[in-house]
Amino acid sequence: MPASFRAQSVGARSLGARGVAVAAALVAALTLLPLLVVVPDALSADPGEAASYLLRPRVGELLTNTGMLFVVTVPATVVVGVAAAWLVERTALPGAGVWRTLLLAPLAVPSFVSAYAWVTVAPWLDGFGGAALVTTLAYFPFVFLPVAALLRTLDPGDEEAARSLGLSPAAAVVRTVLPRLRPALSGGALLVALHLLAEYGVLEMMRFQTFTTAIMQQYAVGFSDTSSSLLASVLLTLCLVALVLDLLARGRHRVARVGSGVQRRAVPAVLGGWTTPALVFLAAVVALSVAVPVATVVRWLLHGIAEGDPLGADLLQVTLSTLGLAVLGALAAVVAALPGAWLLNRHRSGLTLLLERTTFIASALPGVVVGLAMVTLAVRWARPVYQTVGLIVLAYAILFLPRAMVSLRAGLAAARPELSEAARSLGLSGLAAFVRVVLPLVAPSVLTALVLVALAVNTELTATLLLAPTGTDTLALAFWREASELDYAAAAPFAAVMITMSVPLTMLLRRQILEER
Amino acid sequence: MPQRRHLGAAAVLTLTLPLALAACGGGGSGEDAFEADPDALQIYSSQHRNVTEAWAQAFTDETGIKTQVREGQDASMGHMIVEEGDASPADVFLTENSPAMTIVERAGLLAPVDQETVAQVGDGMAPSSGQWTAIAARSTVLVYNTDLISEDELPTSIMDLAEPEWAGRWGAAPGGADFQAIVAGMLSDQGEQETQAWLDALADNAEVYQNNIATMQAVNAGEVPVGIMYHYYWYRDQAGDKEGSANTKLHYFGNQDPGAFVSLSAGGVLASSDMADKAQQFLSYVTSSEGQQVLVDSGSMEYAVGTGVESDPALPPLTSLDAPPVDPFTLNSDDVVTMMTDAGIL
Repeated sequence: MPASFRAQSVGARSLGARGVAVAAALVAALTLLPLLVVVPDALSADPGEAASYLLRPRVGELLTNTGMLFVVTVPATVVVGVAAAWLVERTALPGAGVWRTLLLAPLAVPSFVSAYAWVTVAPWLDGFGGAALVTTLAYFPFVFLPVAALLRTLDPGDEEAARSLGLSPAAAVVRTVLPRLRPALSGGALLVALHLLAEYGVLEMMRFQTFTTAIMQQYAVGFSDTSSSLLASVLLTLCLVALVLDLLARGRHRVARVGSGVQRRAVPAVLGGWTTPALVFLAAVVALSVAVPVATVVRWLLHGIAEGDPLGADLLQVTLSTLGLAVLGALAAVVAALPGAWLLNRHRSGLTLLLERTTFIASALPGVVVGLAMVTLAVRWARPVYQTVGLIVLAYAILFLPRAMVSLRAGLAAARPELSEAARSLGLSGLAAFVRVVLPLVAPSVLTALVLVALAVNTELTATLLLAPTGTDTLALAFWREASELDYAAAAPFAAVMITMSVPLTMLLRRQILEER
Repeated sequence: MPQRRHLGAAAVLTLTLPLALAACGGGGSGEDAFEADPDALQIYSSQHRNVTEAWAQAFTDETGIKTQVREGQDASMGHMIVEEGDASPADVFLTENSPAMTIVERAGLLAPVDQETVAQVGDGMAPSSGQWTAIAARSTVLVYNTDLISEDELPTSIMDLAEPEWAGRWGAAPGGADFQAIVAGMLSDQGEQETQAWLDALADNAEVYQNNIATMQAVNAGEVPVGIMYHYYWYRDQAGDKEGSANTKLHYFGNQDPGAFVSLSAGGVLASSDMADKAQQFLSYVTSSEGQQVLVDSGSMEYAVGTGVESDPALPPLTSLDAPPVDPFTLNSDDVVTMMTDAGIL
């Protein structure tokens, strides 16, 4: 979009824009609510005591563990995600369409279900090895998804120009394709990093202690005390580091195509003798990340049925309340993300960027920290909302806003401002232009956003435990209850429903790759 | 394109169908999943789900009083009630171990338990303060793998596990309230110095597991020869398929050893309850011979504490365990947490 045009549109609609900006700022402030509890609580600690608490060997151990997981899992997800994306989108891989679907399938398997499967299949695989393996297998789709989408639509023109100027095929890819992947890559890596910081279920099952498992332990022994706030502050700092690293890695280069013209698909690279190794690699990734968990769940399911474990009414009730919470949480997160996403697309500035980064912060906090903060705030200042659906939905919105934000931004980028301006010049009101022009264009990405958040709510554990109204049970809670008593057969039905529910939602994400503009 | 529409429609359906179903089903089942029922007795419970549900169901069947159970863990739920203060939604609190109840008691949030209720439990099963009562009991045991260690090689006291010869050879779940109750008993019996030294040794010596069941399974699988846990997980597994305990036996320390500590599960009524009579009625039911029989029949394998009710016949009698002379009513888990933090366990 030409700069002069952008300036014009800002002037013409500054009033509306200001309204949106206020809304976006309000949402950003809302996401910072948990910090309102955590930071003052951590600061209220006696500096000497806080220092001696934080500067002890155990905290060093937690830091080392968290760091080790970072150093292994983030690069591993990038390598697996990029390799898989390149094979599927840029080579003459047999059955590319099927592989595309299969490589997204891990998103339908909650990471703690995957950990449960691995614990029962390979009990010796615990500690760091198990934690790194399961988190890599669970999180690589976060890299695969955006990179595949980008690779599919990247115009081969530059690559061809580079070749014509004498670069080898490999050098051409390195010089022209890789730089363009940077935003998708660092965005995916950031998601992986933030998930690692907040991961609890997998690490608890693998007996690998990080800050988040330590915070859960503090919660277990003292509910909401200063120690957990101190640990959460360390986690917050790590999150800020990840956000800054992402900004640096993104770089300042633009990735959009310049000018118009018809975009072409790249000619698929011929794999030749590499076909078999490529297929083996992809088959291994899918087997480890999807086949092992699904087969294990089915095995325990059959085991339970053979033993005559009662199912039925309870499972249905739990499924319905889970779905209800997922829908409400998804709607809340998407509505909350809209103003910020719109602002980022239309008025990109230092301030809007800050707003965007802000929304990431709370999402890196473990559910338990956000949950405890909401309990504290509600008990002290908003008693009527305590233990109501409203409060838990708010917590979901805070935790999962970035997921909604990411897809909404992609969709809004497709609905160029020129289009709604044209509609308004033809006599439509602002609202009508939005409904008739913008909405149809962004609808797919809204759906994607809803799906991503619903998937997350579906498997949320600790915030749900703290905030859900008394009597509300969810699939994740029920699964965790049985799995932590090591009653795998009793846990299996809940895992099976979680996976079954997630499959259609995950398949929707495939569209994000296929239809990216 | 048509495929995409199809998928989109499927997603919309997937997302909205449950809401519609939930809306329809809400009236029929009589239990709205999404809000606390103002007419129902609110039971905060960190006891095992199957036991609490069995009590709540039997109580409702008997009296027609509706109940709702909120689940939690011992210490966190105790602290949560304290955080909620006078406006806590809870009417009744049931714990796995008594230190969680003393957290609430020390905050002055409990109402005295009816005298008739206290009279229903055995001697020494309710504190002199009269603020709560025992509802069940469990014993500390050493589980050992019979392939890896013989009976005469077992430690004679739980304190021996701090010796270097046991380094890396025993398992426990120090993050859990059960273990912290055992240490609270040790603290009361052996004093701070001994207990701290034992905890320091634990930090180096013990393999840490998620909970009692994981500890038992690790011993069963031969990861460590012995483990510290409560008795009833073992008896439950033995009564079932023995999948987690077939290679193991239990060793009771006896001799008034800190390792023979018997922990009381506690029940109390919140002073802030807006249905105090029904709450007292519930606690009375739980400790009655009928309620204690519900506990025994639930298969939880915990000890009954009501007079005139026999615990499961598979268990050695509670009176035969020769537990240490610990006053269960002053146990302080918060002190234990501080000491465990100092030892680098938490």
